[in-house]
Amino acid sequence: MATHSLPLNNKTWRARFSTTHRVFILLSGLLVFSFVLGLTIGGYDLSFLKILSVLLLSIGLPGFVEVAPHEQAILLSIRIPRLLLAIAVGGALGIAGAVMQSLFRNPLAEPGLVGVSSGAALAAVIVIVGIGSELILFGLNMTPYALPVAAFIGGLGATTLLYVLAQRVPGDPLPSMLLIGIAINAIAVAGIGLAQFVSTDTQLRLVTFWMLGGLGAARWETIALPLLLIVGSCFYLVRLAQPLNAYLLGTDEARHLGVDPKALTRRAVFFVALAVGAAVAVSGIISFVGLIVPHLVRLVTGPDNRTVLAASALFGASFLIFMDLIARTIVIPAEMPIGLVCSAFGGPFFLWLLLYKIRGQRA
Amino acid sequence: MYLKRAVWAVLGLVSALSLPSGAWADCPKDPQRIVSLGGTITEIIYRLGEEGRIVAVDSTSSYPAASASLPKVGYFRQVAAEGVLSLNPDLVLADADAGPTDVLEQIEQAGICVLRAPDGGTIESILDRVRMVGKTLGVEEKATGVAEEIEAALSETATKIAAADGEPKILFLISIDAGTPMAAGTETEADDIIRLAGGVNAVNAFSGYKPLSPEVAAASQADYILVMDHTAQQAGGADRILSLPPLAVTPAGANGNLISMEGLLLLGFGPRTPEAVLKLASAIHPELSAE
Repeated sequence: MATHSLPLNNKTWRARFSTTHRVFILLSGLLVFSFVLGLTIGGYDLSFLKILSVLLLSIGLPGFVEVAPHEQAILLSIRIPRLLLAIAVGGALGIAGAVMQSLFRNPLAEPGLVGVSSGAALAAVIVIVGIGSELILFGLNMTPYALPVAAFIGGLGATTLLYVLAQRVPGDPLPSMLLIGIAINAIAVAGIGLAQFVSTDTQLRLVTFWMLGGLGAARWETIALPLLLIVGSCFYLVRLAQPLNAYLLGTDEARHLGVDPKALTRRAVFFVALAVGAAVAVSGIISFVGLIVPHLVRLVTGPDNRTVLAASALFGASFLIFMDLIARTIVIPAEMPIGLVCSAFGGPFFLWLLLYKIRGQRA
Repeated sequence: MYLKRAVWAVLGLVSALSLPSGAWADCPKDPQRIVSLGGTITEIIYRLGEEGRIVAVDSTSSYPAASASLPKVGYFRQVAAEGVLSLNPDLVLADADAGPTDVLEQIEQAGICVLRAPDGGTIESILDRVRMVGKTLGVEEKATGVAEEIEAALSETATKIAAADGEPKILFLISIDAGTPMAAGTETEADDIIRLAGGVNAVNAFSGYKPLSPEVAAASQADYILVMDHTAQQAGGADRILSLPPLAVTPAGANGNLISMEGLLLLGFGPRTPEAVLKLASAIHPELSAE
């Protein structure tokens, strides 16, 4: 990206600091706002007073109004886990997109580039189409967990394969990673097509909807592990901001600044795959977020990864809460797949942004 | 003179090409090599005792168990022309949803009789299907007899159901936690069978099978959750399904009311539909079996 520059100049430190502060305050405010909005609106009508009462009750304080047990359950076991999942998945996709765009020095890079989404999708589709009976392990029925676990392993497996293959190419592994990623995606798509070919109508329907993403399966039980993995990976990825800044200057320049490009690539790719793999495992494929969120953030903050990475995570979280709010309310009582909503809103918006930017540059 | 002949020749050719597709193939009066496309069609042929004439079935044909061992031509919505033709059939009996339509037309163009059964969903359609299959196989009398049996069994069940109290709300799910739960709305076979059994579909605001908002599922006040056997298996069994937050808060969750039935029996709209209706009705109206 031509506009990437490296703010190492200490004179601008004070200015940068205050901009950064403003951005983070704004984004945190947006996240709180979207969370409250997501908390109040839903398929089941719950008044604000009732929601407040449930929250007070759950921390042992008396509520304002009487709330039926099933209303408490809707808020505490359905809506809140779903919001937390939206935050985690949106944050993971946002930061992963920012890291990928920086690592590949390509504004079109997105988390799916390293094969994690297509690998996860292939594994998930195989489970949907292939599992004909119960899966019993250690006397427990594990069938419901087969899909997310397989998707997670499939995602990480595809990325590992890509990384190992790229190491066999002499020189800078990143350009070959792009190409190998395209090949792996094509193979995965062929596998998905094959599974769809042998599927029944019902299975095909499940596959289609899974591939369009959705947060409707969110429960405390299903989100606990993905949340841990995502939060951990995000904290690690934020720490890669400095080396990624150096890397933007070029491979040799980064080496001079004491950054090992190979180690950086390995860490970035692995933790992106970990975060995105965990996200995809519970929510299916959600396109466009990883591409568009870092762009919007960079538009405001400039290219410094010390701001961009964390800001992308924060903004991705709010963005996905809004998208999920649309997904779960626009066709009530049915639900729109969230990937569809993201593309439907994200696509035109992105287009507008591009045209607007081009016009801005010409003027 | 020549011109007039030429005009007639062209007209003749055009009319030959524009004949309805069925006219291409002669349908045999007494077919002996039948390919059955659709689990319900296969069931009907077995019920008529004519299974000896079947040379192949599609992959949804699972009842009676013996039909599963017949040669398979693939999934009935996705058959291949040459695969079917290689069996040298004299009749392809297809369910209303069988396809692709182009492939069935290709088979017809190859000179094989292709006949489609009417769509399911109502009692009348079951009887129509049985009679149509019987007529095609040249066993009309037997078919009339079977249709009368089915009709009698269904009206007997209907009389029982009429005496039952109220109409329990039933939520039919085709997937439970592989993503957002997916439910049957109106205009589905699930909706039809629920109505026949004296229940009411908990989802009436959309048609077809669609992802259902978990919050709406929780607020649905469903008295019973209805699933197919393999859905129940994949979701980890009745106890787990009913303990999921969106279902746990419904009356069904509170009372442990999960009904799991074989898919083809429940949604097939064939000879076993009276059995399916009775089974579902006695599950949702416990007072019926108490008598």
